[in-house]
Amino acid sequence: VGWQPRRLRSSAKSPPLGVAVNPRFRPGDRVRVCRVHPAVHTRCPRYVRGVVGVVERVQGTDLLPDRATYGLPTYPEPVYAVEFDSQDLWGESDGPPWTVLLDLFDTDLEPA
Amino acid sequence: MSDGQDHDDGGHHHERPASPIELRARALEALLIEKGLVSTDAIDAVIELYENDVGPQNGAKVVARAGRTASFSSLTARAAIAELGYGGMEGNTMVVVPNGPGVHNTVVCTLCSGYPWPVPGLPPSWYKSAPYRARMVAEPRAILREFGLELPPETAIRVWDSTAEVRYLVLAERPAGTEGWDEEALAALVTRDAMIGVSVPMAEQAARS
Repeated sequence: VGWQPRRLRSSAKSPPLGVAVNPRFRPGDRVRVCRVHPAVHTRCPRYVRGVVGVVERVQGTDLLPDRATYGLPTYPEPVYAVEFDSQDLWGESDGPPWTVLLDLFDTDLEPA
Repeated sequence: MSDGQDHDDGGHHHERPASPIELRARALEALLIEKGLVSTDAIDAVIELYENDVGPQNGAKVVARAGRTASFSSLTARAAIAELGYGGMEGNTMVVVPNGPGVHNTVVCTLCSGYPWPVPGLPPSWYKSAPYRARMVAEPRAILREFGLELPPETAIRVWDSTAEVRYLVLAERPAGTEGWDEEALAALVTRDAMIGVSVPMAEQAARS
């Protein structure tokens, strides 16, 4: 996989997310974000890798940007909003905790 | 687009050297036109669209229409978005996140600058800045305080990081003292910052303006 600017997908033309028929995870499921360290584009931010969260909702399906961006073969996969406790992300803080929610692709998650 | 060669017209228009980014944009535009990839009409149409038709006024109408009912809800806001016909570029999948008693939502895009263009309009530059993107997920209360929003410690803060193609719109709580207000009056309260969740609508703001 390399940088192929001619094959970049234009986000301006992205259709709405598809409907997830049989998603692997359901709202309320505990999931762990895979620890990965790719050299290419990914939508899985480093600050959630390896952290356990809870699926808040199933957003739909989309092509994995980590592959689709480069024109590699891919298929629609479920996208989930996953809810993380600030203490799991950052450790104890001086003030009250908060919640961070991210949209993560099925590829990025494993059961926890 | 100005060609940067304008002469001083009676003391009102002072020439200033173009910045490197302006020069680069101009060179790109000239090349795209020369190669027949875009037309000047198309560029003008996009600029006109974002200057006149897309902006926080759209989102304000959505939130206000949702607020006609007894309580704001994400269902009515989604219906309002559909009813008002907003969508398209950077807004194909919009999710409305409603604030409620003791719940406050905010939006960020840590990876880039994902933002629901059709509803609040183009993102402000601070939204795309590295400090906002880094700090909103790591210390939201400190950031909100800098925006002048002090939330009670017991308020649950929910920070939505727009990492995929979903774009988030915060549905503020209807401010106290707005009972019986019509859609137009409510829309006047809803600011761009309230749709990002770094501010909340205040009835007294409208009274002042």
